[in-house]
Amino acid sequence: MVYKIDPDKDRHYIEEFRQKPIGAHSPGLQRLLNTMRHDPSGKQVVLVCKRPFEEWVLGMMPVDRREPIAIEDGPVFTDIEEAEWEVFRRRWRLLTGESINRPLRD
Amino acid sequence: MLKIVGYPDRYSVAPGEEIAFKISLEEGDRFEARLVRVVNGDCNPAGPGLKFPHIPTGIDGSHAGRPQRIDAGSYMVSEGLPPVAGRTFTFLGFVWPTLPKRGEQVIAAQWDAATQAGFTIGIGDMGRLSLTVGDGAGGLETVRVDHPMLERQWYQLAATFDPASGEVTLDQRPLVPFAVIRDHGQFRGRVRVAARAVDVPFFLAGKPEADGTMGHHFDGKIDGPILLSGLRTHADHDALLAGTAPRDVRNAVLAHWDFSREIESVQAVDIGPHRRHGRLMQMPARGMKGHNWTGEEHAWPNKPEHYGAVHFHHDDIYDAGWETSVSLTIPEDLKSGAYALHARAGDSDETATRETYIPFFVRPPRDKAKRGKRPPVLVLAPTMSYLSYCNHAEHITARGAERQMGRLLTFGHADLYMYDHPELGGSQYDTHADGSGVCYSSRLRPNLNFSPRYHSWLGGPGSALYQYNADTHLFDWLDHKGVDYDLITDEDLHEEGYDLLADYRVVITGTHPEYHSTAMWDGMKAWIDRGGRLMYMGGNGWYWRIGFHKTEPGVIEVRRAEDGIRTWAAEPGEYYQSFNGEFGGLWRRIGRAPNVMAGVGFIAQGFDISTYYRRAPDADNPRAAFIFKDVPDEIIGDFGLVGGGAAGIELDCITPNLGGPPNMLRLASSDGHSAMMMLVNEEFGVVPPNLGGDQNERVHADLAFGETPSGGALFATSSIAWCGSLLHNDYDNNVSRITWNVLERFLDETPFA
Ligand SMILES: [Fe+2]
Repeated sequence: MVYKIDPDKDRHYIEEFRQKPIGAHSPGLQRLLNTMRHDPSGKQVVLVCKRPFEEWVLGMMPVDRREPIAIEDGPVFTDIEEAEWEVFRRRWRLLTGESINRPLRD
Repeated sequence: MLKIVGYPDRYSVAPGEEIAFKISLEEGDRFEARLVRVVNGDCNPAGPGLKFPHIPTGIDGSHAGRPQRIDAGSYMVSEGLPPVAGRTFTFLGFVWPTLPKRGEQVIAAQWDAATQAGFTIGIGDMGRLSLTVGDGAGGLETVRVDHPMLERQWYQLAATFDPASGEVTLDQRPLVPFAVIRDHGQFRGRVRVAARAVDVPFFLAGKPEADGTMGHHFDGKIDGPILLSGLRTHADHDALLAGTAPRDVRNAVLAHWDFSREIESVQAVDIGPHRRHGRLMQMPARGMKGHNWTGEEHAWPNKPEHYGAVHFHHDDIYDAGWETSVSLTIPEDLKSGAYALHARAGDSDETATRETYIPFFVRPPRDKAKRGKRPPVLVLAPTMSYLSYCNHAEHITARGAERQMGRLLTFGHADLYMYDHPELGGSQYDTHADGSGVCYSSRLRPNLNFSPRYHSWLGGPGSALYQYNADTHLFDWLDHKGVDYDLITDEDLHEEGYDLLADYRVVITGTHPEYHSTAMWDGMKAWIDRGGRLMYMGGNGWYWRIGFHKTEPGVIEVRRAEDGIRTWAAEPGEYYQSFNGEFGGLWRRIGRAPNVMAGVGFIAQGFDISTYYRRAPDADNPRAAFIFKDVPDEIIGDFGLVGGGAAGIELDCITPNLGGPPNMLRLASSDGHSAMMMLVNEEFGVVPPNLGGDQNERVHADLAFGETPSGGALFATSSIAWCGSLLHNDYDNNVSRITWNVLERFLDETPFA
C-alpha cells in the first residue's frame, strides 16, 4: 500500500529536511518527499528564475500546456534552498493541516 | 521570456565557408550581431564567470530582423493529381488514430484555402470519419459517420463522393471488433453544397490554411492510402493491396501511395500507373508497423510490406525554414573551436531576455592540403548529443521530474519560452502530444538548451549545467591551460570517419557523448585501435545508436528499443531505424557496450547532488604514477560547480565481461552518493530493492586508465560532473591536476605498454 503521511511519525523529518533540503536524506525523509512530490491533480510547482543566481519565485504549471504558468510575485527567494523549504511547508500544510512556523535558517 | 531566438544552418563550419543564422525577433526590427568565441557560458558567481571574447568581423553591427514562425506538423503532398472532385471518386485507406478526440483532423484533402473550395476527408467530433466539401462561394458542409473511432486501433476507411448527385458514403470499419463497443461508423446520404473541384496539390494528414500554413494535421498512422475514380469498396482496397484486383479496379486508380517503399526516404511512392509520388514533409515517422503486422518479422527491411504505415504528428518538425538574418564567412585564420553569434535586440530584465548566443563550431579546413600543421589534440564536440536533447522538455511534459531530480524544477526565460512554443518540437527524450516517442531530431530549428548561459533543470545544483554549457567548463579549462587544439563535431566524424581523427594523438570528449552513429563508432574505434589516446571527460557515453538520414541534412533518428534509461519505449516491432534499416537502441544491445570503446560503461544516474572520488588501490600502480603526480590526496573532487562534486549526474564504471579491456586500472571510485543516484536498468534483470547509491555498492563511478596494445591509452573520468570541478580554486585542484597529468603524458609520443 502506498505510504500515507502520518504527521506524528513524520514530524521529526521536518528538521532533517530543514537542515539539508537538497542532498542525501534518510530513507524515512526520502519516502516522505517522494510522497509529497506527487501531485495527483497533475499540476506541477516550478521554480522560476528571475535573475540567474540571485532571485527566484515559485510558479504553478497547469495540467494543460495551453494554459499559462501562474508565476507568483512573491515571496522572492535569494537562495534555492529557501524555495525548497517554502514548498515543503506548503505541502506539509496541505497534507496534514499543520503549519510549520520556522524559517529555513534561524 | 526570450525576445530573440535563432538557429544556425549548420553546427560545424570550416574556415572560408559561410554559415547562415536564422533569427526571429519578438520585438523591434533590428538586432546587433557579432562573432564571439565561447570560452565559458556559466554565469555562476562561484565560478570564473562568462567569457565570450569578441572576434571582429564584417558582421559587427546592426541587422534587420522580424518575427519568424514555425509551422509544425507533418503531412504528405502530391502534385499533379487532376481535380479529383470533378467526378465520382473514392478514398480508401487504413488509419490508426492516436488523438481522435483532438478536434478536426484531415486525413486526405484536395483543398484550396483561399476560396475554401474542394474536399477534405478526416475525423472530427470525437473521432468520427467525416467528409467536408466547399463550393468556394462560402458554402461548406460536413457529414460524419455515426460512431467515433477508438484510440490506437486500426480502421479501414472507405469514402465515396459523387459530385453530380452529392451522394456520400463513409465507412470506418474496425479491424478488431470489441463487445459492447460501437466503433464501426457509417454514413450514407447527400451533401447539398456542391464541392468545387480544385486544381491544387493533394494532401494527406493536413490541409493548407488561409494564412499560408498547413493545419488540421492528423495524429496517427495512415497505411495504404488509395485514391480511385468511381465508387469503390473495402473489398477493392483489399484486392488492390493483395495484387488481386480486377482490371477495372486497377484502371480506376488515380494514386496508390505505398509507404512500405523507400522507407529510408521522404518519398511516398505512388505504385499506380501515374507515378504521382508524394513527398513527406516535416518528417513523420516511417518504418512503422502497418495494419497487417503480425510479429513474424521485427525488421522492416526484411518484410517492408508489414511496415506500410507512416505515423504523422501535428507536432512533427524537421525544418523551421526561417529566412537567413545574417551570414558569416569564416575567416581563413580563425582558430578551430567553439564560437557563437551574439545577437542582441535590447537590454534584458527580469521578465525578458533580449540577447542570444547561437553556438556553432569551427573545424579544421576540409581540404587536407590546406590544413598545414595541426595541433596533436582534438576535441570532439558531442553535437549529436546536443541535438538529441534539443529542446528537452521533460520538466514541462513529464510529471514526476521533480521527484526524479530530488529538487525543484528550475525555469529560466528559455524554459518559459519553450513552454509557450511547443511548435519548436521536442527532444528525443520527449513524447509527441499523442504519447508516441520523438524518434527524429533536427537541427534546422532553434535548440534552446544548446546555448551558452542556459541553466538546465537537469544540471545539478550549483551552476546547473548539462550538455553544451557544461562543456564550456572544459573549453575554459583548455583555454586557461593554453592547450592548442582542433575541434570537430559528431557530424564531422560521421561524415569523414577515421580519416578525420588519424592525424591526432589525443581526442578529448565532452561531458556527455551519448549518441553515436555506426560510422562515428567505427571511426573512433579504428583510431583507438591504431594507437589513439582517448580522454573521455564525461559519463554515459557511447550509449545510444543513432542514424543519419541519407538525403535530408541535419536530422538524426533514435529508437528507444529494448533496454536502457528510456523516457519512452519504442513499440514492439519498431526497433529498426527508418533512416538506414539498422537495428536501433543501446549500443550495448548491439554487442558494443560503451566499455568496448572507453573501458567503462554506464552504471547509475542521479541528479540531486554530486559527490567525490576516493583513491583506489590501482592509484599506486606504477603504470598510473604519471596520473597522480602531485596528487597525494585520498579524496578527489569534493568540490565543483555541477552538483558540488566531481562525481555526479551520470556515472560509468569498470564492469567485467562487457567487452572492455581487462587491463583497466581502477584509480579511484566515487562514494557518498544519495539514494537518488540509482542503478540503471540495463544492469539488472530482477529489480533489486537497493537501487540507490546509499545501499548499492555497484553505484559508483570509476576513474579509470588502461593502455591499448597499439601504444595508445584510454582515460575515463566516468562522470558527467567531472568537468564542473576543473575550474575550482582558480583551476588549481586535484581534478584539474589529474586531467592535466593525463593530457601531458598522452601528448608524449612514447608508446604506452
Ligand atoms: Fe543522456
